[in-house]
Amino acid sequence: MVLARVVGTVVSSHKSQKIEGIKFLLLEKIDPATMKGKGDFIVSMDSVGAGLGEIVFYVSGSSARYTDVTEGKPSDSAVIAIVDYIEKDGVYTYEKNK
Amino acid sequence: MNLGKVVGTVVCSSKNDGISGARYLLIDKTNQRGEKKGDYLVALDLIGAGYNEMVLITEGSPSRETPLTVNKPFDALVVGIVDLIDENNKVIYRK
Repeated sequence: MVLARVVGTVVSSHKSQKIEGIKFLLLEKIDPATMKGKGDFIVSMDSVGAGLGEIVFYVSGSSARYTDVTEGKPSDSAVIAIVDYIEKDGVYTYEKNK
Repeated sequence: MNLGKVVGTVVCSSKNDGISGARYLLIDKTNQRGEKKGDYLVALDLIGAGYNEMVLITEGSPSRETPLTVNKPFDALVVGIVDLIDENNKVIYRK
């Protein structure tokens, strides 16, 4: 799974019929050591209700279809968790409420 | 599989992965000598890999091929802890 920050949302009204009612999040991949964005963006389906600015991680490929929200849908990317803490080498590089 | 070192942990309370109490490790991919590449990923750990251990990482849909992760949304899994690597008859990594 890849760590990313929610930087926005993507709205599409004209889309594949199967994916109606699903929220698309604009994610920027981050480097967990510095928490800086890598300038590498993707659109991912939200299965946990992640908000703007939150750190999440997402699954790609066929595994993205194994959540209740994305089951049987043409999805190759799904956010499966909102991150509270990232600990690296004994130090918190990210704390959600700080 | 890829080689990686356990450099930390990722804690999440709100998640939709179908496993309660999943243990997510922060992995930095390495070469066979253990030199880190700065290429991080989060992997599910079912075997209890410890900090700074070199591990084998399976990515993509094969990560769902364990009793606990079958039909669950995972694409990175720790499948082994490396004890030793030899290359051209020379041990280049030992736990």
